[in-house]
Amino acid sequence: MSIHTIEKPPVEEAMRTIAETKPEVTEKLVIFAWSGELDKIWPTLILATTGAAMGKETTIFFTFWGLFPLVKNEVRLTGENWMQMMLSTMNRGGDEHLKLSKMNFAGVGPAMMNHLAKEHKVASPHELMEMAKELGVHMIPCQMTMDLLGLKREDLIDGLEEPAGATKALADAQGAITLFI
Amino acid sequence: MSITIAKSLDLKGLSCPLPIIKTAKAMKELAPGELLEAFATDPGSVPDFKAWAKSTGNPFVESSQEGAVFHFVLKKKEI
Repeated sequence: MSIHTIEKPPVEEAMRTIAETKPEVTEKLVIFAWSGELDKIWPTLILATTGAAMGKETTIFFTFWGLFPLVKNEVRLTGENWMQMMLSTMNRGGDEHLKLSKMNFAGVGPAMMNHLAKEHKVASPHELMEMAKELGVHMIPCQMTMDLLGLKREDLIDGLEEPAGATKALADAQGAITLFI
Repeated sequence: MSITIAKSLDLKGLSCPLPIIKTAKAMKELAPGELLEAFATDPGSVPDFKAWAKSTGNPFVESSQEGAVFHFVLKKKEI
């Protein structure tokens, strides 16, 4: 028996066994939603709802500018001091008041984008947010940035999980596909 | 023997990610082994449906096209 005939088949067989038994998909998806603009939150929600539809345990950890889309659309002013209030005035929260990261043109850009989306039957961020909740996407706001930016739990929409910190986010991200958007 | 379709979905005109989300929701209500068919017009749904079937383990039974309409048949996986 030559060395070749001894070595080759077992390796190939082992490879095949690994390929067959090893799950091909990662079962978790964790997205860090750092940006609050329409063109960033939109893909975040598209990926999250799709991940959930693929059977992945999906989590979005909302932090910094990513928190503002979670503000209830009817809440106009947030914050406890003038700096936080000014922030909410200049950067209105709510998933129906999102700005584009480029070509915003004082709101004309987003209006045109929403018009195009309707025409192409693309679900809006608001609709996707509802779908994400329905599909069981874990939506976790970051406690520290909520405090920093002056956002209270009651300013934010229903259906979110308890605000948490970086440790919870990283623990959830263990072994998951992670995206930072 | 003819194929019995347990559920038929009209996804025509819808864009990503709605066809897949609606399919995933509908699939939840089927019993293992039952078939689901979907009609879609988004060309992106062709690779999406194949990828979804592969990663969720629900076998892809058939894919065809008639004009601008794509027709997919998926089988709910046996547990």
